[in-house]
Amino acid sequence: MKITTEAGERHVLAITVDNEAGVLAKITGLFTARGYNIESLTVADITADHALSRITIVTSGPPPVIDQIIAQLDRLVPVHKVIDLADQGAHVEREIALVKVAGTGEKRIEALRLADVFRAKVVDTTLTSFVFEITGNSDKVDRFIALMRECGLVEVGRTGIVAISRGPEAV
Amino acid sequence: MTEMSGADMVVQALVDLGVDTVFGYPGGAVLPIYDALFNHPTIRHILVRHEQAATHAAEGYARATGKPGVVLVTSGPGATNAVTGITDALLDSIPMVVLTGQVPTTLIGTDAFQECDTVGITRHCTKHNYLVMDPDRLGPIIHEAFHIATHGRPGPVVIDIPKNVQVATGTYSVPELIEHQSYRPQVEPDADAIADAIALIAAAERPIFYTGGGVINAGPDASAALRQLVGLTGAPITSTLMGLGAFPSDDPKWLGMLGMHGTYESNMAMNRADLIIAVGARFDDRVTGRLDAFAPHAKKIHIDIDRSSINKIVPVDVAVLGDAGRALDALIGAWQDKGHKARDLGEWWRRIDGWRATRCLDFPEKKESGAEIMPQRAVKALFEATRGRDPIITTEVGQHQMWAAQHFGFSAPNRWLTSGGLGTMGYGFPAAVGAQVARPDRLVICIAGEASLQMNIQEMGTVSQHRLPVKIFILNNEWMGMVRQWQELTYESRYSNSYSDSLPDFVKLAEAYGWTGLRIDTLGELEDGIRTMIDTPGPVIVDCRVAKLANCFPMIPSGAAHTEMILQPSDVIGTMDDEAKALV
Ligand SMILES: Cc1ncc(C[n+]2csc(CCOP(=O)(O)OP(=O)(O)O)c2C)c(N)n1
Ligand SMILES: [Mg+2]
Repeated sequence: MKITTEAGERHVLAITVDNEAGVLAKITGLFTARGYNIESLTVADITADHALSRITIVTSGPPPVIDQIIAQLDRLVPVHKVIDLADQGAHVEREIALVKVAGTGEKRIEALRLADVFRAKVVDTTLTSFVFEITGNSDKVDRFIALMRECGLVEVGRTGIVAISRGPEAV
Repeated sequence: MTEMSGADMVVQALVDLGVDTVFGYPGGAVLPIYDALFNHPTIRHILVRHEQAATHAAEGYARATGKPGVVLVTSGPGATNAVTGITDALLDSIPMVVLTGQVPTTLIGTDAFQECDTVGITRHCTKHNYLVMDPDRLGPIIHEAFHIATHGRPGPVVIDIPKNVQVATGTYSVPELIEHQSYRPQVEPDADAIADAIALIAAAERPIFYTGGGVINAGPDASAALRQLVGLTGAPITSTLMGLGAFPSDDPKWLGMLGMHGTYESNMAMNRADLIIAVGARFDDRVTGRLDAFAPHAKKIHIDIDRSSINKIVPVDVAVLGDAGRALDALIGAWQDKGHKARDLGEWWRRIDGWRATRCLDFPEKKESGAEIMPQRAVKALFEATRGRDPIITTEVGQHQMWAAQHFGFSAPNRWLTSGGLGTMGYGFPAAVGAQVARPDRLVICIAGEASLQMNIQEMGTVSQHRLPVKIFILNNEWMGMVRQWQELTYESRYSNSYSDSLPDFVKLAEAYGWTGLRIDTLGELEDGIRTMIDTPGPVIVDCRVAKLANCFPMIPSGAAHTEMILQPSDVIGTMDDEAKALV
C-alpha cells in the first residue's frame, strides 16, 4: 500500500490575532496537527498599543483544503480575522533577504554588478565581503540568491513573505 | 471591587457563575484554592480517585444538565492525568472548565517539582486555554473561560493558575459584558440560507434528517423543535451515536442510529435519499463509510454552529451556520409562512419499510432459562425494566456501547452519555458519577464492558464516599469484545492480547467497597437480577455474564459503503486488504 497526498495551489493568508503568548504556537500547531503546509510564515505586531499581530502564512492545497484551513483558523479564540489574499483581487508580496558573499577580484565585481541590476543595497562591506539587502517577491529573491552562488555566496537570511492587497481599501 | 487572594477570587468567580459542583483532586499547587473551598456553603467538591475520572465526571455532569462541568486539579501529574478527559470533551463538544494549579511564576521554566507545560500540553486539546500571571486577571479570565466553554460549539477550557497567583492579593472584578473581542460565533441563521433549505425540503421526494450531538447541545428546546419539524415534513430521521435521545425512538419516523453499527434502514435510506438534512452532526468517518459512495443521490443541507464542520468532509449544497435550535425554529417558521404541506412520501416510506423488514437488529438466541444470555437481550431487558423510570444511561467503549445504542430506546435528550469522538474506555463509570451528582434522584446506570470498567474502577471509592446510588451493569464477555471482533474480521481470528484475563471477582470487589454485588449467569436470572439491581438502594455492580463470542451487527466494515453492510456472522470473510486494514 502506498500513501498519497494531493497537490494544490498556493495561497497567502493574512491572519489578525491577539498579540499574546501562545498564539503563534496555536496556529502553527493547527497546521502541523491537521497536516497543512506552511511554506512561509511571518509575524509582527501591527497596532500602536501592541494588542494585535498580523501573521502572514503562505500555504498550498486544493480549494476545499484552503477553505478548511481558513475555517479552522477562524474559530480559534484569539483569531480576529483571516483573509485569503487570493480572494481579494490583486495583492503585493514582499520579502527581504540579507545575502553575504565573500571573495575578491572578478567575482567581487560581478557580485556588485548583479546587485545593482537587482537593486540590492550594500549594507555591510569589508575588503573581502559584501552583505546585500534585497527586497522583492520571492521569485526575484530566489533568482538573486542563485546568481550569488556563482559569486561566493556564504550565508543567507530571509524574512519570509508579507503581503497586502492593492487599492485603497483595508481588507 | 474588593481586595482578596487569588484563591478567594477563584472561588468567588465560581460562586458568581452559579457553579454548585467541582470535581477534583488536591495537590501542592492548588492547596490555596482547596483551602478557600474548605467547608464551602454552596460549592460541593467531589473528591475523585484519579484526575481522569474528574474530567469524565464533569463531562457526565455537563451532559446530564447542559451546564458546564468544572474540574480542579494540581500541577504536573494532576494536569497530565486530566488530558484524556479534556480531549474527550473537545471531540464531543462538552462544555467544561478545568482549573489547574501551576508552580509559582518565579519557578516556571525551571523544571520545578511537579511543573509541566500545561498550556503547551493542552493547547491543541482545548477550545482555549490561559496561564494567569496576575491575580487581577483571574476574575475576567474565569468569567471569559465559562463564556467560551459554553458559547458557540461548546468545549473544554483550561485555566492554569500558578501558586503565587493564588496566594497574592488583588482586585476581583467581573467583566460587565462578556463578549469576547474576537470569538463571536454566529448563532442566528441567515434568512437566505433558511429559505434555500426550506425550498429543498419542500421539493424533496426522499428526504431524511441526520442529526447529531449538536441538537442535544442546543438544549431541550432544540429537540422539541426537531420533533416538530420532522412531524411537519413527514420525513424519516436517523441520528449519530451522540445525537440519541433528541428524537424519541418509539416514533415511527425514527430509523435508528446510522453508520458503522447503525441500522440497515438508516444507512440504506442515507444512500438512496435525494435530500439529507444534517443538523448538528459532522459527517464523521464512523457515519459516512466510504466517502465516494456516501449519499450519492442526495442534495445536502448542513446546519452547524461551527463553520469548520461545514464542507470539511462532505461538500454541501446549503450551509446554515448557527445554533441548531434557532435554525430549526427558523425552518419551522419558514415552512409555515410559505404554507408548505407535507408531501406524499408514501413511495419513500414503502422502500424504507422494505429495508426495515430485514430486521437487522434481530439476533439468534436460545430461549430456555438455563441458556447463556445474549448481550443484546441483556440490554433489551434493562430497557424494558427501566421504562417509565427515565433512567440516565452511560456507557464505556466497545461492543456493549454499540449494543446499548442499538437496543436501548431513548425518548428525551440528556439521558444518553457516551464517548463518541474519542471513544475513551474508562469514560462511562466516572460519567455516571457526574450524572448522579447532578441528578441525585434519578436512576443512573453505566452499561460497561469488563475491560473498560477497569480503566477507572478506582472510582468505586468516590461513589461510596459521596453515597451515590450509581448502578454498573457489566456485559461481561471476558473479552475486549470489539477488539476481538475486529481481529476476527480482519486478522483471521488471531486474538492478540484481547482476552480479559485475570478478571477480579466483581461481586467481592463490590463488597470490598461497601457496594452490593450481583452476578447474573443465565437467561432465567436476567429479569430478576435487573429488578434486584434497581430495587437495591445505594450503588450496585451487576456482573452479567453474556455470550463470550457474540459480535456486533449490523456493521459497515471500515472503508465500505453504506450499502455494503455485514448483517450477520455468516457474511464475515475474515480477511481484509491493506487499504481496509489501514483504516481505523
Ligand atoms: C483508552 C482506550 N484504549 C483502547 C481502546 C481500544 N478499544 C476499543 S473497544 C476495546 C475493548 C473494550 O472491551 P470491553 O470494555 O470489555 O467491551 P466489549 O467490547 O467487550 O463490550 C478497546 C481495547 C479504547 N477505545 N480506549
Ligand atoms: Mg468485554
